[in-house]
Amino acid sequence: MNKIFDIIIIGAGVVGCSIARELSRFKLDLMVIEKEEDVASGISKGNSGVIHAGYHKEPGSLKATLNVAGHRYFQEWGEQLDFPVKFNGKLVVAKVKEEVEGLRKLMERGRKNGVKGLELIDAQQIKNFEPRVEGIAAMYSPFSGITSPYLMTIALAENACRNGVKFEFEQEVNAISRVNNLFRIQTAGNQEYYSRWLINSAGLNSAKVSRLICHNKHRIFPCRGQYYLTDKIDDLISMLIYPLPSKDGVTLGIHITPTVDGNILIGPSAEYIDSLEDTACTREVMDKLKREAEQFLPEIREAPFIRNYAGIRPKLFYPGSGVNDSDYIIEEDSEIHYMINLIGIESPGLTAAPAIADMVVNMVGEKEDLVLNDQFCPERKAPLIFAQQSEADQARLIQDDPAYGEVICRCETVTRKEVIEAFDNILGVRSLDGLKRRCRIMAGRCQGGFCTTRIVEILRDEYGLSPEQIFKSNFQSPLFYGRVKDD
Amino acid sequence: MIEKDIDIAVIGAGPAGMAAAISAREKGVKDIILLERNPFLGGILIQCIHDGFGLHLFDQNLTGPEYAEELIQHLIKAKVPFLTEAMVIDINAQKEIRVVSRQGLLKLKAKAIVLAMGCRERTRGALEIPGTRPAGIFTAGVAQSLVNLQNLKIGKEVVILGSGDVGLIMARRLKIEGLKVLRVIEKLPYCSGLVRNRVQCLRDYDIPLHLSSTVIDIHGKDRLEALTAAQLNEKGEILYDTAEVIPCDTLLLSVGLIPENELSRKAEVRLDWRTLGAEVDDYVETNTPGIFSCGNVLHIHDVADYASQEGFLAGERAACRVRENQGKVLRFPVNASKEIKYVVPQLIREDCRETELKFRVTEPFENIRIIVKNGGETLFRKKFLKIMPSEMNMVKISSDKPLDKVYVELEKTEIA
Repeated sequence: MNKIFDIIIIGAGVVGCSIARELSRFKLDLMVIEKEEDVASGISKGNSGVIHAGYHKEPGSLKATLNVAGHRYFQEWGEQLDFPVKFNGKLVVAKVKEEVEGLRKLMERGRKNGVKGLELIDAQQIKNFEPRVEGIAAMYSPFSGITSPYLMTIALAENACRNGVKFEFEQEVNAISRVNNLFRIQTAGNQEYYSRWLINSAGLNSAKVSRLICHNKHRIFPCRGQYYLTDKIDDLISMLIYPLPSKDGVTLGIHITPTVDGNILIGPSAEYIDSLEDTACTREVMDKLKREAEQFLPEIREAPFIRNYAGIRPKLFYPGSGVNDSDYIIEEDSEIHYMINLIGIESPGLTAAPAIADMVVNMVGEKEDLVLNDQFCPERKAPLIFAQQSEADQARLIQDDPAYGEVICRCETVTRKEVIEAFDNILGVRSLDGLKRRCRIMAGRCQGGFCTTRIVEILRDEYGLSPEQIFKSNFQSPLFYGRVKDD
Repeated sequence: MIEKDIDIAVIGAGPAGMAAAISAREKGVKDIILLERNPFLGGILIQCIHDGFGLHLFDQNLTGPEYAEELIQHLIKAKVPFLTEAMVIDINAQKEIRVVSRQGLLKLKAKAIVLAMGCRERTRGALEIPGTRPAGIFTAGVAQSLVNLQNLKIGKEVVILGSGDVGLIMARRLKIEGLKVLRVIEKLPYCSGLVRNRVQCLRDYDIPLHLSSTVIDIHGKDRLEALTAAQLNEKGEILYDTAEVIPCDTLLLSVGLIPENELSRKAEVRLDWRTLGAEVDDYVETNTPGIFSCGNVLHIHDVADYASQEGFLAGERAACRVRENQGKVLRFPVNASKEIKYVVPQLIREDCRETELKFRVTEPFENIRIIVKNGGETLFRKKFLKIMPSEMNMVKISSDKPLDKVYVELEKTEIA
């Protein structure tokens, strides 16, 4: 008989990993099942990484309440779990007079939601904050910020893992049934898992997963968002630059966001698409992104672009359906008890994630006595970043471990030691994309031109991986088809 | 941490850097170090197992590794100290260098520096090609290193975008190794690689070259599954009704090389937007006194031999700089007509009476005359039946007077 878990969480995005980490404070047998080869492989990797202050959403909605509540955790979680958090502030910029009224409405909504520090500023004040940004007025939001959505998810997952949560990757759930008051979860990989509780935080696939057992009619309408990523640029902008949200309420508009690494993101677009997996970029949208960004920041035209990518929002409504927004579905199913569905967790889901986790813990706590796990360790340490150390520390590090003296990635100055540490993390890494997210190799301007060969060598020398065992992402994405000549 | 004063530091041990170190040493400078980030000397030469190297410098037809070996033997004979697996991570205008290696952190204060870091390849991101982001997309140089140095089979059915020399060479290389090389796609109406590569790599191996075409979409979620290619009109606009889906699992990009000048910027070296390399005078000295630049970090060369020749000059001049500090020197700009993409050097010193200009044209020209003038004086005048952007032109000029008004231009000639 298989082991019976108290709770199984489906989906290792930022929401699933937040829930897993918060539940690991208690004496529970926990497991996370993930379809892809790594955490943060869906919505959690393809977004702007913005920590929203909470003025966008309808007062009283779950989106608004959980956003504001979630925001309060970031400082503490960033420190405890050692992931980047920066409250660099945001400007929502009006280009024409008519838009100023829209700014006032946003401020009013923000006040109702309990957001602090919002301020209406004029063109001169915009220039004082951001000399290169063009606008006639703006709403200044001092407590908006940025994080790395995947480093945050990785930190949560590593900490959950350290506190006893099991993780299973590349296991796509394809059947759920009830067997003697237990959930039996079957995967495409022919695995079976049993649990008393089931939490569905499967993101884009959450409606599909819920329908495997629940009788609801929830449906996800995938809405793609494309991005441009620039090389690191100094002194262009320091804050988040947003337009007014679109009138149809679908999105927050194409914005310009500095990343925690010093690059700049332009995006996202909003396109309803047919497939949950179609993260392709398209010419029209790519051109549109640049055009719109130039309206607020003309100099972005000259920026060196290094990558395009796209993420997908799990929308619960379709434009033209008469609905302009919908709230998160976070509920225990009315028929299938002990099954909690989290559906339609789109923006501001990243910011709301800590509060969503709280909410889910409370839902579980209502039905069972949760006993604190006295072994719980709230801290997690990120691997050291050589490039950020002082000269003296760099010298000392190399002396203690010469692997710090071997620079593998030139653009980002990543050393062999950092690649090894990224690979050796408690969750493991199964792909080059996973390595890249953890230690920034291949993430710079040459996009792997210098380091790809070196990484292949390290994987071979340190871990005995054959060429066929090196994947970009999942097991269907091999980099190589064996050797050119047999040895 | 080791801190040390040194006469000359050469950054990068490729064809240019090795040459610079050799010539500086032969000019009598002993306190010199050649810094190389790879575990071996030679740079990109080592992965270039095809021939065609050394024709100008050694009067022999060598492979990349053989060419490198010639220079390495020189280095050893000349007793040039070098450090491999050593990455320069910082440098400044005071000529202080921070080097990371397994031996530790090394801080050097140099009297002269030769920048010879080479170039990197343009990536898919810089091209802004729409589509998905699957495995199976490599730049041609990375593919060359994976195949030739790591013995890795990078795919089965290959399309190459861009007709740069590395792409043409890899087309042949992969075909020889039994991969299907479906076609080379070039957005320009002419091949951007050297004629000899077009003939020896594509024609001789029956690999089709599609001109005025490009890749407009990339398909496949995990591994590349197909590309959409389309033709371009004379204005370079995509003709969507010519779109064609090409099933393949590998895409190589050979779409341009970019001088790798991140370190140069840190040393406050002024760059030329046309070459993306440093702005130099006839000594290949940059605006930061005592910092010289040569090889592909200065501008992209067609063949390694020319990069080495530039390296010899840089090393020689760096050696002079160690011995004598120059006073204030006037430098005159070199100008050119709009058909000239760039000229190196960009500046000529007031005491210079003889130098070599290197330049490229912006597009192919036929029945043309290249003219170099210095004010009213014509220094060079020669007719060409055809002149291609892929070929670097080198013209020696000299005068009794200061070269203060050098101007390079093209003139149409009568059809012969």
